[in-house]
Amino acid sequence: MEQDAVTETEQDIVVEEELLVEEISIDGMCGVY
Amino acid sequence: MSTDLLNPLLERPLALHPQVALRPEPFGALAYHYGNRRLVFLQHADMVAVARALADHATLAEALDACGVDRRRWPSFTKAVESLMKSEIIVER
Amino acid sequence: MSAETLTTQLKAGLDAPICLTWELTYACNLQCVHCLSSSGQRDPRELSTAEAKRVLDELRDLQVFYINIGGGEPMVRRDFFELVEYSVDNGIGVKFSTNGAFIDAEKARRLASMDYLDIQISLDGVDAATNDAVRGAGSYDMAMRAMEHLAAADFGPFKISVVVTRQNVPQLDRFKALADSFGAQLRVTRLRPSGRGVDSWDHLHPTNAQQREIYDWLMANGEHVLTGDSFFHLNALGDPLPGLNMCGAGRVVCLIDPIGDVYACPFVIHDEFLAGNVRDPGGFARVWKHSELFTSLREPQSAGACASCGSFDACQGGCMAAKFFTGLPLDGPDPECVGGDGEVALAELAAVPVVLKPRPSQDHTKPERRLVVT
Repeated sequence: MEQDAVTETEQDIVVEEELLVEEISIDGMCGVY
Repeated sequence: MSTDLLNPLLERPLALHPQVALRPEPFGALAYHYGNRRLVFLQHADMVAVARALADHATLAEALDACGVDRRRWPSFTKAVESLMKSEIIVER
Repeated sequence: MSAETLTTQLKAGLDAPICLTWELTYACNLQCVHCLSSSGQRDPRELSTAEAKRVLDELRDLQVFYINIGGGEPMVRRDFFELVEYSVDNGIGVKFSTNGAFIDAEKARRLASMDYLDIQISLDGVDAATNDAVRGAGSYDMAMRAMEHLAAADFGPFKISVVVTRQNVPQLDRFKALADSFGAQLRVTRLRPSGRGVDSWDHLHPTNAQQREIYDWLMANGEHVLTGDSFFHLNALGDPLPGLNMCGAGRVVCLIDPIGDVYACPFVIHDEFLAGNVRDPGGFARVWKHSELFTSLREPQSAGACASCGSFDACQGGCMAAKFFTGLPLDGPDPECVGGDGEVALAELAAVPVVLKPRPSQDHTKPERRLVVT
């Protein structure tokens, strides 16, 4: 992504959203009865 | 997304809930809350660092700065922190 | 990272299990016809209290947060409370699965006073007729009494765990209502043809039509119902069910059996899926991290005969225990493949004059029970 050299407002830069957390159920793994 | 820098959460003092344990993993860490049995994957080393740093910084914004997280990534981090607060993995101090 | 990447990582295995099942004893007061561990009689080689505590020490050091204790009937062990308390004192939360026979008012109060403890009561019918046909005369009353004692002792939310059978599929709504009436959490799990289930599978497992019913019911109720992620073989029917939708055996979960044998999961108690023993040098940790079996399960698995099927991504080819104990190859369809490919494969097998299906490697069934079960 090219950064605007003149201004640094965040609107000019699109950064991909990161999925930083994922919840799983403690009961949610197959192989436990 | 840019207005996210005004997210009030950034000014709050936060911490990992005392009943939460972090277990390092190659991709980040597993966070488990012994009280409510919730289990979350923290998917990036930076997310783990920020989670651990919260208690030592006055606000979320300071913790993000201290961990060297580029401001352009802050929306992803505040969204993650909001999610972790819903699970009570992170709480207000 | 997407959820898809998460499962890719988990399939490659972690340095420690996330959760595991630990069967404390093969002794049991019941003789359920589908018992996955073929329990009944105590095995004289059972781990001692000291050995069990050493296993817990290892799990603590590996930072395993939560274990599922079962059996047989775990409360039969004289050191049951001692081990559960040792576990939670060492930072390992416990869920134990029980038929409830030994939960009287006093035990219920003792359990209610303990922290980081969850209880799962087994029940396979909403009435004695349905339940006891599978679990034995008096077992329904046993389970209900245990639930009432837990409620009276203010234990809080416990789990009611149901193995879904042909006979109880019509009762799913009533199971939910029963759980709601106790403020309990309902758990419904897939029947595998494991243990004594090898012999009762044919008449107990749901029909094809019922599979659709189960899938639809889970889609409608899944938010409040646990499944142990055991129905991902049904995902080819539509949108994926909530959950990881992957086999965790040898990757994020495993089984420790009463004599310390470590298997990929509780549904494959067979030498083919035996990774090692906690009494071996290096203990449980070495088995988990370095056994040949687990290393091999953590490699990318071939779709085999399912490779050309558009549903493979959704169903993952189903459950290896279901395939193994029905005599099907592991790199092919699940016996309950919703596309019907499993039935075709089973029919082809049946056409072969002599087919020796695998038998479980441990059978602790009490002698008087080894009769033909109708």
